[in-house]
Amino acid sequence: MSTVIMQLFNGISVGSILLLAAVGLTITFGLMGIINMAHGEFIMIGAYTTYVVQLIFQKYFPGGFSAYVLVALVLSFLITALLGYILEKIIIRYLYDRPEDSLLVTWGLSLILQQLARNIFGAPDVSVTSPKFLQGNVAIGANIDLPINRLAILAIAILALGSVAYLLFRTKFGRNINATMQNRQMAAALGINTKRIDSLTFALGTGLAGLAGCTVTWIGSIGPSIGQDYIINAFITVVVGGAGTLLGTIFGSTFMGVGNTTLEYLTNPSIGQALVLILVIIILQFKPKGVFSLSSRKIDD
Amino acid sequence: MKNRWHRSWLLLCTTIAFISLLSGCSSAVASLTQPTKTATGASEKVIKVGILHSLSGTMANSEIPVEQAELLAIKQINAKGGVLGKQVVPVIEDGASDNATFAEKADQLLNQYHVATVFGCWTSASRKAVLPIFEHNNGLLWYPVQYEGMESSPNIMYMGAAPNQQIVPAVNYMTQHFGKKVFLVGSDYVFPRTANAIIDQQAKQLHMTVVGEKYVPMGSTDFSTIVTQIKKTNPDYIVNTLNGGSNDAFFKQLHEAGITANTTPTISASVAEQEVKGIGNTYMAGQYTSWNYYQSQNNPQNEAFIKAFRAANGANSVTDDPIEAGYNAVHLWAKAVEKAGTTKVAAVRQAAKGLSYAAPEGKVTIDGDNQHLYKTVRIGKVASNGVINTVWQSPQPVKPDPYLKGYTWAGMLNQGQ
Repeated sequence: MSTVIMQLFNGISVGSILLLAAVGLTITFGLMGIINMAHGEFIMIGAYTTYVVQLIFQKYFPGGFSAYVLVALVLSFLITALLGYILEKIIIRYLYDRPEDSLLVTWGLSLILQQLARNIFGAPDVSVTSPKFLQGNVAIGANIDLPINRLAILAIAILALGSVAYLLFRTKFGRNINATMQNRQMAAALGINTKRIDSLTFALGTGLAGLAGCTVTWIGSIGPSIGQDYIINAFITVVVGGAGTLLGTIFGSTFMGVGNTTLEYLTNPSIGQALVLILVIIILQFKPKGVFSLSSRKIDD
Repeated sequence: MKNRWHRSWLLLCTTIAFISLLSGCSSAVASLTQPTKTATGASEKVIKVGILHSLSGTMANSEIPVEQAELLAIKQINAKGGVLGKQVVPVIEDGASDNATFAEKADQLLNQYHVATVFGCWTSASRKAVLPIFEHNNGLLWYPVQYEGMESSPNIMYMGAAPNQQIVPAVNYMTQHFGKKVFLVGSDYVFPRTANAIIDQQAKQLHMTVVGEKYVPMGSTDFSTIVTQIKKTNPDYIVNTLNGGSNDAFFKQLHEAGITANTTPTISASVAEQEVKGIGNTYMAGQYTSWNYYQSQNNPQNEAFIKAFRAANGANSVTDDPIEAGYNAVHLWAKAVEKAGTTKVAAVRQAAKGLSYAAPEGKVTIDGDNQHLYKTVRIGKVASNGVINTVWQSPQPVKPDPYLKGYTWAGMLNQGQ
């Protein structure tokens, strides 16, 4: 029994990391139609931001070291969002309605960013020390130990998702995003600055990737190619859930997380991953647009 | 109109930025390949050797320090007058962590640059990819990493440990000290699978129980399920053959689940000083490793090696087993060439037989039978400051036995030979 609970928790935990990685993607890919292959590199930038913040705290504020987490969370979001904003302005905005080109350009971008990281931070992996309050675990009964850092990631994922949902559905900015993505000309005719909305939406997507990057530093080390570990699964999560819907992303990440850990437990990690992909193919046979596909009134649909 | 102007302006800027970036890159590349330029036209005055490692991609972390050690050894040899009175000039190629690229570059080095020998590769997959090219062109590759054995090509010099110099003694040591229940974790490719096949056979011989044997895809970072399985099966120790970044995630997640060196120790085959630095001392303290060389070894050769390596690569750089093996490879090759009086592969191979070298790890000798090295086996334990200290070592250098012919229980494994 304890194993079942533990595995279920593991699945949800893996899912929560995927959720953080995918929620930004569901905005850039699902809403904006940009196949951003460099999404993983924004995760990497967020992770390195956390690393740098940690170094600064170690050196200048060793007393308040634990507080670096909060600063890192905020900065990893802001810096990647800013970078995303700049990139949208100089590159991405020429790629709307050209999904194939966006795939190739952003892939090239991802290679450039990886190499830059390698030049700046060096080839070897670096690692972040978790603050004391994130180490250790909470024991609930025999053999059920929930690692605190994973609980924290789960909480951050839920918070991030809640904020995005609030932003998209309860604020004027969110309404403007939805309007722009659904019918650009109409939105523009109604006085929405659609170019500004594009930049800000893309920045939001990359900022969320940066946030994901901050949290993954607590489970593994950071290397220039860390984004590559997440990008494929994040895309699958978005596709299987239904691009552009938050509900779909929740479903997709839970499905991928619990599916992976369960099948991995029953078989082994390599076969487990293959089985999950087979399940994804089957689902897409019946739901080509993902489980929670958006029935939109977009003209081009 | 305005938009178009804006766009061309942007295009211009990007192009300029790109060109300056490229020129920066190319000057860097030029500085790397500069020796090659001086080589053309005067090739009889210098000896060209190939260096073939992943300088980009996922393996770059591990391979770049080995490349640096090889270049350091070449520099040292040149400072002492070179080999056969000629300067040694490296031709550097990037295998890019891709086996097909390794094969292509190996072919280029042998047939285009006509190098005397090649130092390179890390993963067994890349070695297997270039092996037919070296055999076909009768080249000579000096391979710096411990590996799974079951191979002995006349065109490869194996500088790392054979399984009887690493895996087998590691399992013996751990079983003696901790018990007979073992859990095997590895990356899903040829080295871990073969190493664990060896351990499976050894386990039968030692009446051990293998309570779990799990492989994760290369680069995998989620070990939550494996951690649960380890908790459930409660092994006496874990044998870890994970490669690259997976190690960091594995040790962090073991630690957060409360599995430490005190409860269930782990012995790793691919975690050396370089990796310990990346994983962090908190997670690695008390864990075991199995290698032939540690930076902590106390002897004049090692002190000189560390000093020279740090002078070349920064005061914080660490040395470890494969780095040292790459360094040894160049020196052994130079000695073999001096002895043979030529760089011809057949003569060098002949001269290399039985050749000894006072390496930082102690004396190593090339075994004439299989072109592996006699090496001292060392079990290490990571101290809380990240230094790996030797806790056990073989009384003398062990004869390499890539096919484990000296072990009756290994009969199943070397049948093919």
